[in-house]
Amino acid sequence: MKSVVCVKRVPDTEARIRIGDDGRSVDPSGVKFILNPYDEFAVEAALKHKEAGEGEVVVLSVGSAESVDVLRTSLALGADEALLLTTTQSAEGLAVAEAIAAELKERKFDLILFGMKAIDDDLQAVGAMVAELLDLPSATVVTEFSVEDGKVTAHREIEGGTEVVEVPLPCVLTITKGAYEPRYASLKGIMAAKRKPLTEKEAHLGLSHTIESALEYPPERQAGRIVGEGSDAVPELVRLLREEANVI
Amino acid sequence: MAGIIAFGEVREGEVKKSSWEVVTAARQIADVLGCEVHALLLGGPGFADAAQELARYGADAIFVAEDESLGHYGPARYTSVVVDFIREQGCKVAVFPASALGKDLAPRVAARLGLGYAGECTGLAVEADGLVATRPKYAGKLFAKVGFEKAPAIVSIRANVFTPQEKPAAGEVRSLSIDGESGGLDAVVREIRASAGEKLDVGEASIVVSGGRGLRDPENFKLIEELADALGGAVGASRAVVDAGWRPHAEQVGQTGKTVSPQLYFAVGISGAIQHLAGMRTARYIVAINKDPDAPIFKVADYGIVGDLFEVVPRLTEEIRKLRG
Ligand SMILES: Cc1cc2nc3c(=O)[nH]c(=O)nc-3n(C[C@H](O)[C@H](O)[C@H](O)COP(=O)(O)OP(=O)(O)OC[C@H]3O[C@@H](n4cnc5c(N)ncnc54)[C@H](O)[C@@H]3O)c2cc1C
Ligand SMILES: Nc1ncnc2c1ncn2[C@@H]1O[C@H](COP(=O)(O)O)[C@@H](O)[C@H]1O
Repeated sequence: MKSVVCVKRVPDTEARIRIGDDGRSVDPSGVKFILNPYDEFAVEAALKHKEAGEGEVVVLSVGSAESVDVLRTSLALGADEALLLTTTQSAEGLAVAEAIAAELKERKFDLILFGMKAIDDDLQAVGAMVAELLDLPSATVVTEFSVEDGKVTAHREIEGGTEVVEVPLPCVLTITKGAYEPRYASLKGIMAAKRKPLTEKEAHLGLSHTIESALEYPPERQAGRIVGEGSDAVPELVRLLREEANVI
Repeated sequence: MAGIIAFGEVREGEVKKSSWEVVTAARQIADVLGCEVHALLLGGPGFADAAQELARYGADAIFVAEDESLGHYGPARYTSVVVDFIREQGCKVAVFPASALGKDLAPRVAARLGLGYAGECTGLAVEADGLVATRPKYAGKLFAKVGFEKAPAIVSIRANVFTPQEKPAAGEVRSLSIDGESGGLDAVVREIRASAGEKLDVGEASIVVSGGRGLRDPENFKLIEELADALGGAVGASRAVVDAGWRPHAEQVGQTGKTVSPQLYFAVGISGAIQHLAGMRTARYIVAINKDPDAPIFKVADYGIVGDLFEVVPRLTEEIRKLRG
C-alpha cells in the first residue's frame, strides 16, 4: 500500500503570536516551529499501516524552504521519501489544496492522509478540498481506521458519538487524535533520515480565493473577581451568575 | 435577485438547532444587502414539516430534498446536491454550520465551485467589496478579517455565536427534486454509535463544565458530570486528563482540541495553560475553581473561587439543583 501524508510547519503551541508591522501577517521572529500536531497523528497512522503490511510512505509539504525541517522530522519517524513543493507566498485553503492536487494527480497512491486541521490557520478544509479536486471519496476527522479488501473502514468523530464509514480505495482521510500515539524519532531514525530522498520543486499554487485584509488580537480578558474562598462562596457565585451575568 | 443560502443540518430526521443560528446569520446579511434567505435542508424522507420552523428566524423560502440517498451524510452525494442548488439559484453567500458535517461539506462545495471558504466564522459583515468574515486563527490567539475574490462566498459559522433571533418571514417549504445519480464514489455510513448517555457535544453546548488534573482520579469526573447535568451543559476536559486516558479526545478543549465559545464556561481544577486558554477564551463568562490563588486561569476568569474543588463543586451542584427545582 502506498500512502502520502501532507504535513505543515506551524508555530509551536506555546508561542506568543504577534501581528507583524503590516497588520496582516504574523511576525515569525522568536517563534519556534513544529510539525503540526494533527499531522503527527496522520504520519503515525501511515507508519502503523505500513508496518502491518507492505508499502511506502511519502510525506509532502507546501511551503518555504524552512519546511524541510518538518519533512526531515517525518523521515526520521519512518517515512520513506519526502517532497517539498516550494513557494515564497504564504497561502492557505484552496490555493494549497490545488498545489497538492496538481502534484498528486501525477502519482498513484492508495491513501492520501491529512491532519484534521493545521493549528495555525485552523481552517480544517485542505483535506476535503483535495478529495474534491481529485474526485476521490473521503472521510474526515478519523480517529482510527482499518484497510481490507480494497476499502477503508474508518471511525469518524461527530457530535455526540462516532460514525463508522466505509470508503473505497484510493481515498482521502483526515486524522485526529485517537488510536494513533505519535512515536519519538530514534537516533537511528534521525541518522537514516539524512540518506532518504528529499526532493524540492516549485509548487503550482492555485490563485488565492480569499483575501486576508487584517489581523487583530482578541479583546483582552480582564481578570474578574475572586468571589471568595471555599464552598462558602458558592451562594454568592450562583447569585452573580444569575443576577449579574444572567447566564443560569 | 440572488440571495443568501442557509444550509440547515438534519440529523436522524431532526432539524438541528444550529440551523436556527445559520438562518439568523444569513438573515442579518440579507437585511443589509436587501435580498432573500433561502434555506436548504437535505435528509431522508419525513422531516419537511419540521423544516417549516426556519421561517420564524427569517427564511423567505425553505427548500427541502428528502431522499433515501440523503438519509446519512455522504460527502460526494451532499456536495453534488448543494452545488447543483447553488448553480441553479445563484447566491451571494452560502452559510453552513461549523459542525462535523458542515466542516466536511462546505470546503468540498468551495473546491468544486472554485470559491473562497472561511471556516468557523464568528462575525459576518457587509462592506463595499462584499462580505467580510471574521474568523479565529491560532485557536483564537488572533482574529482575521477575510474578504472574497468573487461571489458567492462560502462560510461556516461557529456554534453559539449567532444567537437565534426570531424574525418571521414567509418561509414556504418547497420540495426540491434532485438528480438521482449524482455523486460518484462515496463514503457509506455503516453505523452511528452514540457516546454513553447521549451527551451534549462540548463544541455545541451553551454551557460547558471542564475538569482538569485537579480531579486527581477519573472516577471523580462524576462531580463534573453532575454539575454539567444540573446546568444542562456539556463536559469538557484539559489535555492533561485526555492524555492520561481519563476522558475521550472529543471532550478536549484547547489548541489541539475543540475551540469553544459557550455562554458560560467552568474550569475546574485546570491551571489555565496557554494551549487551554486558546480554546475557551472567547467564552462569554468564565468561572474558575482552583485551590491555587496564583493559577493563571484566574487571570481570564470573570468569577473565581479559590478552594478545594471536592468541597466547592458538590455544593455548587446542590445550589444549582435547588435553583432549577
Ligand atoms: C503541543 C501541545 C498541545 C497542547 N494542547 C492542549 C489543549 O488542546 N488543551 C489543553 O487543555 N492543554 C493542552 N496542552 C497542555 C497544556 O500545556 C497543559 O499541560 C494542560 O492544559 C494542563 O492541564 P490541567 O490544567 O488539567 O493540569 P495542571 O496544569 O496540572 O493543573 C491542575 C490544576 O488543578 C488545581 N488543583 C489541584 N487539586 C485541586 C483541588 N483539590 N481543588 C481545586 N483545584 C485543584 C491545581 O492548582 C492546578 O492549577 C498542550 C500542550 C502541548 C505541548
Ligand atoms: N502548506 C501545507 N502543506 C502540506 N499540507 C498542508 C498544508 N496546509 C495544510 N495541509 C494539510 O491539510 C491539513 C488541514 O489543514 P487546514 O485545512 O489548513 O486546517 C493539515 O493538517 C495538513 O495535513
